[in-house]
Amino acid sequence: MSKYKVNLKINNIAVSVDEGTTILEAARQLNFTIPTLCQHDDLCVAGNCRVCVVEQKGARLLPASCATPVSEGMEIQTNSLKVRQARKHIVELLLAEHNADCTKCFKSGYCELQDISNDYRIGDHIFLDLVKEKDKERDISSPSIEKDDSKCIRCQRCVRTCDSMQYVSALAVTHKGNNMRISTFMDKPMNDVVCTNCGQCINRCPTAALTERNYIDEVFDVIYDPNKFVVVQTAPATRVAIGEEFGMEPGSRVTGKMVAALRRLGFDKVLDTDFTADLTIMEEGTELLTRLKEALVDGKEVALPMLTSCSPGWIKFQEHMYPDLLDNLSTCKSPQQMFGPLAKTYYAEKINKNPADMVVVSIMPCTAKKFEAERPEMRGSGYKDVDYVLTTRELGRMIHQAGIEFEKLEDEKYDSILGESTGAAVIFGSTGGVMEAALRTAYEIVTGKEVPFTNINIKPVRGMEGVKEASVKIKDAKPEWSFLEGVDVNVAIAHGLVNAKILMDKIKSGEANYHFIEIMACPGGCIGGGGQPMPTNMEIRKKRAAGIYEEDEAMVLRKSHENAEVTEIYKSFLHEPLGHKSHDLLHTHYTPRKRQ
Amino acid sequence: MENKMKKVDLIFDQVDHLAILDKSLQRTQDEIILDVIESGLRGRGGAGFPTGLKWKFAKNEEADQKYVICNADEGEPGTFKDREILTQVPDKVLAGMALCGYCIGATEGYIYLRAEYNFLLPMLHKAIDKFHKELKKRDFDFSIRICSGSGAYVCGEETALMESMEGKRGEPRNKPPFPTSSGYLGKPTSVNNVETLVFALMIAQEGPTQFKEMGTFDSRGSKVFSVSGDTPTPGIFELELGMTLEQFVNEFGDGDTKAVQVGGASGFCVARKDFKNTLIGFEGIPTGGSMMLFNSSRSMYNILNDYLEFMEEESCGQCTPCRVGCQQLVKGIEAVKKGVKPPAYLEELQKLSDTMRIASKCGLGQSVPNPFNSIIQNFREEIIY
Ligand SMILES: Cc1cc2nc3c(=O)[nH]c(=O)nc-3n(C[C@H](O)[C@H](O)[C@H](O)COP(=O)(O)O)c2cc1C
Ligand code: SF4
Ligand code: SF4
Ligand code: SF4
Ligand code: SF4
Ligand code: FES
Repeated sequence: MSKYKVNLKINNIAVSVDEGTTILEAARQLNFTIPTLCQHDDLCVAGNCRVCVVEQKGARLLPASCATPVSEGMEIQTNSLKVRQARKHIVELLLAEHNADCTKCFKSGYCELQDISNDYRIGDHIFLDLVKEKDKERDISSPSIEKDDSKCIRCQRCVRTCDSMQYVSALAVTHKGNNMRISTFMDKPMNDVVCTNCGQCINRCPTAALTERNYIDEVFDVIYDPNKFVVVQTAPATRVAIGEEFGMEPGSRVTGKMVAALRRLGFDKVLDTDFTADLTIMEEGTELLTRLKEALVDGKEVALPMLTSCSPGWIKFQEHMYPDLLDNLSTCKSPQQMFGPLAKTYYAEKINKNPADMVVVSIMPCTAKKFEAERPEMRGSGYKDVDYVLTTRELGRMIHQAGIEFEKLEDEKYDSILGESTGAAVIFGSTGGVMEAALRTAYEIVTGKEVPFTNINIKPVRGMEGVKEASVKIKDAKPEWSFLEGVDVNVAIAHGLVNAKILMDKIKSGEANYHFIEIMACPGGCIGGGGQPMPTNMEIRKKRAAGIYEEDEAMVLRKSHENAEVTEIYKSFLHEPLGHKSHDLLHTHYTPRKRQ
Repeated sequence: MENKMKKVDLIFDQVDHLAILDKSLQRTQDEIILDVIESGLRGRGGAGFPTGLKWKFAKNEEADQKYVICNADEGEPGTFKDREILTQVPDKVLAGMALCGYCIGATEGYIYLRAEYNFLLPMLHKAIDKFHKELKKRDFDFSIRICSGSGAYVCGEETALMESMEGKRGEPRNKPPFPTSSGYLGKPTSVNNVETLVFALMIAQEGPTQFKEMGTFDSRGSKVFSVSGDTPTPGIFELELGMTLEQFVNEFGDGDTKAVQVGGASGFCVARKDFKNTLIGFEGIPTGGSMMLFNSSRSMYNILNDYLEFMEEESCGQCTPCRVGCQQLVKGIEAVKKGVKPPAYLEELQKLSDTMRIASKCGLGQSVPNPFNSIIQNFREEIIY
């Protein structure tokens, strides 16, 4: 449907835009930036911070440009004296309520409030300080998320994120007037509510009111401890995003530089979560085929569709919201948590180290993985399997602190072993990637042939649509898989928990006829994870996803079962997928939780 | 103008509300709406939007459902006239809602009743049941329900009211879209004050002329006032619009009136020297009905402080100018009083209140400057010393 055009003038320049466009968007089309705080491209309009006000000729009020659609003949000034005065007042008011200790603040340099306040050179502090002492007590109950009310500007981005993108509603606005604030159910600590630790609210918080719990100092401490052997693993999605911390384009493929930087930081071995991503495919693919066989041949009651389990935010969501469907979850641990116990058993033995002296650090796009590492069941090695989890952002911070000029580093390679991987592992970082990797391997196990897609790129499972469906017909199954001959394997993919809910409700109602479902808690999958560089928006996530798929195509090996180190570990240690050792080290169980 | 105020009896007059409705149902919607426009009736809830126009906008919307909401939240300090109207002439309010429903094409109406008025519920339910039966006899499809208010002043603001009715937190919405195009549950909705609905009914009965001939050019007709404060005769009075404050004070004052707060906490304070030149109405000082008289025993600092503390607490808190602005005004006058800030700080605060007026999201924040500036301007000394 073609839209009506609306003609208006912004700063005396005529422009014609689609009906329904906001003044803010129209101004952006003319390359005028209007400062914003509560507005976020991923979220519905709030119109509450008011920093984006503009002057409209003939109007008594200053409309909020983010919340006001254009109208015919409108004449807008984005920087008139009236606007400047109002905007300065508004920023000063926000600062009066704000514990502005920028020099000590984790968000400094990345902070939207700081940016605006710098732009307007707010320095006079005309108004009275309103920061409440009790707001300065930070909530550090969660291993993933830190909440500091003294930094909150009440923009409600976090509330909208948690409601509309994640369907969790762990955060809510409570009280009114001077006591209005962002809180949880019954003001409980973050660790005691339905929060999934996904970190999406952090990614959209303009200030330091919500940040990840950071463990940078702890990690430097063990790096410099001569008695500790510190190995680091890096998740697939970090390598297309860490460059942003150094001003590079989103999606820049900087795997080699990242490895070089990690060595310079002093990690003893630089290893790859991608290795265990390949291993996950072997375990999870086998688990799926086993479930299908039990259902179709043995006539057993098995939980289908099977749901992927590599996103700890998703896992906690399911434990809270759909505890009755926990049997459908794959028992596979996430690649991070497969890596930990293998490092402290198989690898420790190979390199002749006492696992008690080993420290496993992970670099993750994710805040939920901090919580995951703390789960009591994640001690398959007899020790805490993963000791510290750092976000992509924290790694960026460490590299800055260490004075390493990231952009100028020469590419280096991962150490061996636990360093080899395939293209199938790297695509774990994007929505649909686990599915694609699983199909590449499972199809070949069953038929002996490659998946029937050009260049094995399974396009239907890719892309940013919230819920994706695809179907792959099995042709020429090998004799032992003959029960799958002609079967349409139906798969579905959801990213962002609001989309997960759509699929889960379909399963609950019996509407779904899927065999296998991939779910990632974060929009776009891990590339949009709660630990990734800020800002985030659809365009940035698309660029990171493009980086992921380029990385895949550039790999020599692109199917998990072709990973030679994976073959080796099965030969010499695990023996077979779903075997005893795997059961002990690579699989887990889940905990039903309450909704509040 | 003659020096006597005209008392009027349009609102509380007992009339045959069903006869008015029957007569109206014989006419077209457009005819009635034109009459309401012609009468010059403007909303009595505070904002003063022309009622006929509001109905016309709502009527012109295409939708499978539309709603009529009677705003009986009456949270403005010093107003109690809607309670009185609902008590005395509930049938007229119900008929006014049905009339609005007929005009705009809505079959459902809601009364959003202030939580403190819940004691009216049994009586209202009875009246509604009776009214429904009468409508059924006439085969007229319209039903009324009551929605109990949430107890927050801001929920009287029409969009916060609808959020609250939808079970959400009472935070005002962005406008546009206006309720007449997207209101309750996203459907075209006409929100009208209790008193407005009764006037509309009376205009449907009498035709526009009688109403139009009362009052002034911008403020036609009469208005129900809630008179309180330092007055020997507090209470509810329906008066012709267009009187001066001098006339008003002569009637209601105790002989020592130093100021009148017109329009409650969101209204203006007028000092004695201006009584003569101040007209009560849209060309002068508009009011939703609250008239508070203060005599010379009152401290204007305390009065201003009370209003500001009320706003500071009752702000929904979502938007910066209002949430933080109110706190700054409260703390600011205290700082000046205590000498922590110099008297000139009041000018900074007045500039701030100008920002609140033009940059706040809803009428609450936008009207905090009314009491603030008017009291500071008239009683600067009392605030400082
Ligand atoms: C903070 C605030 C409180 C309000 N409270 C009331 C109220 O209690 N009753 C009322 O009728 N209108 C109230 N209003 C005005 C309504 O938003 C709306 O304009 C009115 O109900 C429309 O009816 P009218 O056109 O008949 O006046 C309030 C407005 C604001 C900004
Ligand atoms: S949140 Fe931003 S403005 Fe506040 S102290 Fe931190 S860096 Fe400064
Ligand atoms: S981490 Fe995720 S689930 Fe928890 S509050 Fe933030 S958005 Fe909600
Ligand atoms: S916590 Fe952050 S996102 Fe949430 S309201 Fe406060 S400043 Fe905004
Ligand atoms: S002006 Fe006040 S009451 Fe209105 S939306 Fe803003 S904070 Fe809420
Ligand atoms: S960015 Fe427009 S009101 Fe906040």
